Amino acid sequence: MSYYDSGYDKSPTGLSKIFFFHWPLFLLLLAVSATGFMMLYSVAGGSFEPWAAAQMERFAVGIVGMFFIAFIHIRFWRRVAPIAYIVSLILLIVVYFFGETGMGAQRWIDVGFMQLQPSEVMKVSLILALAMYYDWLDPDRVSRPLWVLLPLIIMLIPVVFVLQQPDLGTAILLALGGGVVMFLAGVSLWYFVVALAAGGGLVTVVMMSRGESWQILKDYQFRRIETFINPALDPLGSGYHITQSKIALGSGGLSGRGFMQGTQSRLNFLPEKHTDFIFTTLAEEFGFIGSISLLLIYTAITVFVMLSAINNRDRFAGLVTGGLGAVFFFFFTVNMAMVMGLVPVVGVPLPLVSYGGTAMLVLLGAFGLIQSAHIHRPR
Amino acid sequence: MQPTRTSRIRQRRITRRGLLWMGMQVGVIGVLGWRMRQLQVDQSDEFRMLAEENRINIRLLAPNRGLIFDRNGVPIAINEQNYRIVMIREQAGNAGEVLDRLGELITLSPERRARIDKDMRRRSAFVPVTVAEHLTWEEFALVSSNAPALPGVLPEVGLTRNYPFGQTYGHIVGYVGPVSESDFARMDDPDPLFQIPRYPIGKTGVERNAEETLRGSAGTSRIEVNSMGRIMRELGRDDGVAGKDIQLTLDTNLQEYAMERLGDQSASAIVMDVRNGDVIAMASAPSFDPNLFVRGISTEDWVGLRDNDYRPLSNKSVSGAYPPGSTFKMVVALAAREADVIKPEETVYCPGYYELGGRRFHCWKRGGHGKVDMINSLKHSCDVYYYEVAKRVGIEAIAAKAKQLGLGEKYDIPLPAISRGLVPNKAYKQRVFDQGWLQGDTLNAGIGQGFVLTSPLQLAVMTSRIASGKAISPRIVKSISGVPQRVEAPDVLDIQTVDIEKVRKGMFAVVNEKKGTAYASRIADKDMVLAGKTGTSQVRQITTEERAAGIIKNEDLPWERRDHALFVGYAPYDNPRYAVAVIVEHGGGGSSVAAPIARDVMMRALYGDVPPLTAYPAAERNRIRGERERALEAARTGVSAPTPRGDNL
Repeated sequence: MSYYDSGYDKSPTGLSKIFFFHWPLFLLLLAVSATGFMMLYSVAGGSFEPWAAAQMERFAVGIVGMFFIAFIHIRFWRRVAPIAYIVSLILLIVVYFFGETGMGAQRWIDVGFMQLQPSEVMKVSLILALAMYYDWLDPDRVSRPLWVLLPLIIMLIPVVFVLQQPDLGTAILLALGGGVVMFLAGVSLWYFVVALAAGGGLVTVVMMSRGESWQILKDYQFRRIETFINPALDPLGSGYHITQSKIALGSGGLSGRGFMQGTQSRLNFLPEKHTDFIFTTLAEEFGFIGSISLLLIYTAITVFVMLSAINNRDRFAGLVTGGLGAVFFFFFTVNMAMVMGLVPVVGVPLPLVSYGGTAMLVLLGAFGLIQSAHIHRPR
Repeated sequence: MQPTRTSRIRQRRITRRGLLWMGMQVGVIGVLGWRMRQLQVDQSDEFRMLAEENRINIRLLAPNRGLIFDRNGVPIAINEQNYRIVMIREQAGNAGEVLDRLGELITLSPERRARIDKDMRRRSAFVPVTVAEHLTWEEFALVSSNAPALPGVLPEVGLTRNYPFGQTYGHIVGYVGPVSESDFARMDDPDPLFQIPRYPIGKTGVERNAEETLRGSAGTSRIEVNSMGRIMRELGRDDGVAGKDIQLTLDTNLQEYAMERLGDQSASAIVMDVRNGDVIAMASAPSFDPNLFVRGISTEDWVGLRDNDYRPLSNKSVSGAYPPGSTFKMVVALAAREADVIKPEETVYCPGYYELGGRRFHCWKRGGHGKVDMINSLKHSCDVYYYEVAKRVGIEAIAAKAKQLGLGEKYDIPLPAISRGLVPNKAYKQRVFDQGWLQGDTLNAGIGQGFVLTSPLQLAVMTSRIASGKAISPRIVKSISGVPQRVEAPDVLDIQTVDIEKVRKGMFAVVNEKKGTAYASRIADKDMVLAGKTGTSQVRQITTEERAAGIIKNEDLPWERRDHALFVGYAPYDNPRYAVAVIVEHGGGGSSVAAPIARDVMMRALYGDVPPLTAYPAAERNRIRGERERALEAARTGVSAPTPRGDNL
C-alpha cells in the first residue's frame, strides 16, 4: 500500500467507532482505577466514605467524558488546540489573581459543583498546543533556534504561573511533558544536552542563593530540600513522611500483610495517605507482588500508548498521543520515586489511584484524546 | 512514487524518536522496579523491624501559650483550666446511645450533636473527639461520677484562653479561635501543631499579630500503641517550648477608666507617653468581650455585634479614619511658619467668612473673630485665619508637615487593620479622582476637612511630637519574656524652636485662657496644666439655604450626620508627660463633648488615681463632689447610680 492512499476518509464513522477503540488500553485503565477504589476503601478503615464513593462517582463521569472525547474526530481537537491553550492560560491567570487559597497555595477556582484546578487542565492543553505547532511546522525547520524558542515560550508561560501558585510538582510535570513533545518532534538532541546543563547550573545558582538578598526559593522550600537529603533533620515534618513511607513499603515484604491489614497506614503514621502517599498503603498491604503488578500495569499502559503513537501516521495524532502518554508516565514515576525516597517530596498524585477530582477527570479526558487519535488514525 | 515525497512523510513520522523515548521510559521504570525490590525484598526484614518499633508513636504536645500582661504585670490574657469531655468511638459501642445518655447530664445542643457526629465520621475510630468544653466543675463532676454508664467517654482537663478584663481590652488583645482554612491560607509552612484538631490561633488583636511569639513550639510524647493503635504507655516526653509572655505598655487602671468614661458612645480615647511613645491607654467604645469568641459565640450575639451602628468589632483607635477638623490647625500653622508666609504676630482679619473665586468659605463663628494672630487663631479656632494661611503656603507644604508630625503613616505595632489615614496632595487627587487640585481643596485641608483623614492614634502621635519636639513613634509592647523591647532614642524634629513654642502657647491658650474653646476643661493644678486643641469635624455639607435659615443644631440631626467631636492635648504644659487624643463619633462639639473626656482621662493618668478636687476649676468642684458622694452612697446601698457625666468615684 502506498502512503498516498492513506487518508482520514477510511476512518470508521458513527457507532462503529466502538470496534476500533483501543480496548486493551481501556481495560488496563479500568484495572488501575479499580485498584484505586480498593485502596481508598482500605485507607478509610474499610469504608466507602469519605473517599472511595466520591472517587467512583467522578470516575463514572470521567469515563462518559472519555468516550465522548474519543468519538469526536482528532481533526476537531487539532482545530480547538490553540483555543484550549489560551483558555487554560486565562484560567491560570485568573486563579493567580482571584483563586481560592488552600494550604498556602493558590490553585483552584470554585465553579460551583467542583473546584477546578487550571494547572491540571493545562497539562493537556499544553501538549495539544505543542503537537499542533509541530504538525504545522515544516520538519526541516524544527531545530532552527527561532523555531525552538517559540515552543519554549508556549511552554514557559504556564510553567511560570504554576510556579507562582506555588506548585513545584505540576510545574515540573508541565515542563517535562512539553520537553517530550519537542523530543518526539525531532528537535536536535544538542538542545536537550544544553537544557540539561543549564538546568544543572540553575540548581547550583538556586542553592547558592540561600541566605542572600536575592534568595529564589522560600525558606521552607530549602528546608524541604535539606530534609530530602537528610530526613532526620525534620522528624515531624517532611522528613517524617519519607521515613514513614519507606518503613511502610519495606514492611510489606514480598506478599504484603493482606487487604486492610496495613498497620502503618491505618495507625496514622502516614500523612496524606489518601492522596500523594496512597502507594505506600498498597505496597504494605499487597507487598512486592502487589506493587510490581501495579508498576507493570502502568508500564503496559505506557507501552501501548507509545506504540499507538509510533504507528500513527498523522503527525499531530502521534505527538498528542506520545505527549499525553509522557505526562501520564511522569505522573506515576515521579509519585513512586517520591514515596520510595528517590526524589524530593513534590506534590504529585498517583494517576487514577490517588483521591482527587480534577486530576481524575483530566487524565480520563487525556485518554479520550489518545483513543480519538487511535480510532481516527489514517489507514 | 516520488522519493522526496516519501522521505518528507518519513520525516514527519516520529518512529525513531518514539522508540528512543520508549526505551528511556522502560529504563526509568526498570529503576523503579529495582528500588521496589530493594525496599520490599532485600531490606524487607529490616523495615519489618522498624515497623514493629513504629508501635512507638509520636504525639504532639501543645505548648502553653504565652501570657499577656499590662505594664504593671497585671495579667490580661491567661490560660485557664478547661474541663472538657472527649469520646472515643470504638470504646463507646453505640456512640449515639451514649451521647443521648450524656445529653441527660449536660446540655448538648442539636448543632453540637451534628458537629460531634461529623467529627467522628471524619476521624478514625480510636481518635478522641471533643464532645463538650468549658464545663463547670459541677457538670464535670457529674459526668465523671457517671463514667461507668458512659463507655468511651473521658473527662479531661485542658487549658483554654481567658481574658479577665473582658471588653476593656477586647480590641487590643483580641482573641483566639480554632485554626481555620483561611488561617492556613496565610501560612507558608504550617506549624505541625495545627494538626491537632481545633488548635487555637490568634484571630485578631495582639493574639493574632504576635501569634508566632505567643505560640511556642510543639513538644512530643513518645507513646507505645498496640496493633490497634490504642495507647499502652508513655515512654518519654519533651514538653516543647512554651510561648513567650508579652508585656504591653498599657495600664489597666487607666484603660478601664477610659473605657468607662467613654461610656456607651461610639468613641476612642488614647493616652501616650510623649517621652517614649508608650501607649498607656487605648480605648475604643463600644467594645466586645473576647471570651465570647473563645467559647464559640452564639449567632444572636454575633449578629448583635456585627449589625451595631457603633461598630463594636472595629478598633476605632487605630482603624478609624476621621477628618481631624481643627486639631489639624497646628500642622498648618507650623507649615506656614516653616515657609515663612506669615509672622506669628501678623494678623488676619476675620469677618466670618472668606471669599475665594466667588465662593464663600465660612468661619464657624458667624460674626467673625476680627483681627487674629497665630496664638489667637488657635485659641479661638478661627477658620478664616487658616483659609488664608493655607492658601499662602499651599497643599504640598501642609502635606509634608503632616507627614513630619506622623500623620498619613502606618506605625509598626502588632495590631490588625491599622489605618494609614490620608494626607492628600496634588498627586493624590490626580491619581485617585483624575482631577486637578483646586485652591478650594487647600482651604478645606487648612481646617482639617476635605480629603484629610486621621486615626485617633495618629492624632496622639502628632500631639506627642508637638509636645516633645521629637519624632516619637507609638509602641504597645513593653517586653517579651521579660526582655525589654529596645526603644531607639527619637530624633529631634527639624522644626524651629520658636515656631513650635508659639503653637504650644496657642494650645495653652485654648485650655487656660478665658474664651479659649476648651477653657471649661482646664486643670486647675498649676503643676499639671493641660494644653490642647478642640476640633469639630463636619461630616455633611451645609447648603447656602441652610446657612441663611440658620444652621441646624446637632441635636436635631440624625446620629450619623452629626459632627465628630475631637480633642487633642498634652500635660503638664511646662514638662510634657502624656498626650491624649479623644474622638467621639458624631458626638457634637469638640469643646463640649471631647475636651471634658480628654481632661478626665488625662487627670487619671497624671494623678494615677482619683484626682483631688482642687485640680478641677472652682466652678466644677461642687458638682464633682456631689457626684462622688452620690456614687459612694449608691455603692453602699447597692443601688446603681445614674451614669455620672463628670469624673466619679
